Amino acid sequence: MTERIRNILKEHGRLSKDAATLPEDADLYQAGMTSHASVNVMLAIEGTFNIEFPDSMLKRSVFESIAAIRAAVEQLTAGG
Amino acid sequence: MAAGPLRIGVDLVQISQVANSIDRFGEAFTRRLFTDDEIRYCGTDPATAPGRFAARMAAKEATFKALGVADGGLDPRGVEVRRSASGACSLTLHGAARGHADAAHLGSWSVSLSHEGDYAIAMVVALAGKKQESVDSPP
Repeated sequence: MTERIRNILKEHGRLSKDAATLPEDADLYQAGMTSHASVNVMLAIEGTFNIEFPDSMLKRSVFESIAAIRAAVEQLTAGG
Repeated sequence: MAAGPLRIGVDLVQISQVANSIDRFGEAFTRRLFTDDEIRYCGTDPATAPGRFAARMAAKEATFKALGVADGGLDPRGVEVRRSASGACSLTLHGAARGHADAAHLGSWSVSLSHEGDYAIAMVVALAGKKQESVDSPP
């Protein structure tokens, strides 16, 4: 799952750092991800994992790191 | 958060990036960010829609900055840009965005949009005082 998240970040995150080697707890916004890019990342994750983020999870904190995104995906896939 | 009678926010959005998002994600993108009326106004013409959406994205982010909640992850659909028949734009806040504005006693809002080349910009000004639904900006 983490590798797929990294690939999505590489394609859509517009990061100034390499998503393949970014520490899992690194702040993605500090790494250059804009709010617009975070929307693209969210939509790509929804498509990849066949999930939908509820409005309650549309928070900056949910997308602030690879680890945070993975936790959110795990939560949503477990709920399915 | 610093309190004061006047708040401003500004944001710049790259139109081609918005066009890319629309091409890639289609309605899933627009429906997450924009109200039905905004989607209706911006339309689907590739010559004009990306610029209109980009200007509204900038307005929403500028509003979050004026509210002091740029890091808070509010629903972008809670900030709506409305356009009058004369072409003047105004802001209407809904839901949590309205709640933040009310808590800060920010009752008057004004927005100005512009785009040139590949960029759209929005500036938002909020003034503390009695509540007004919206304040038109100059056309």
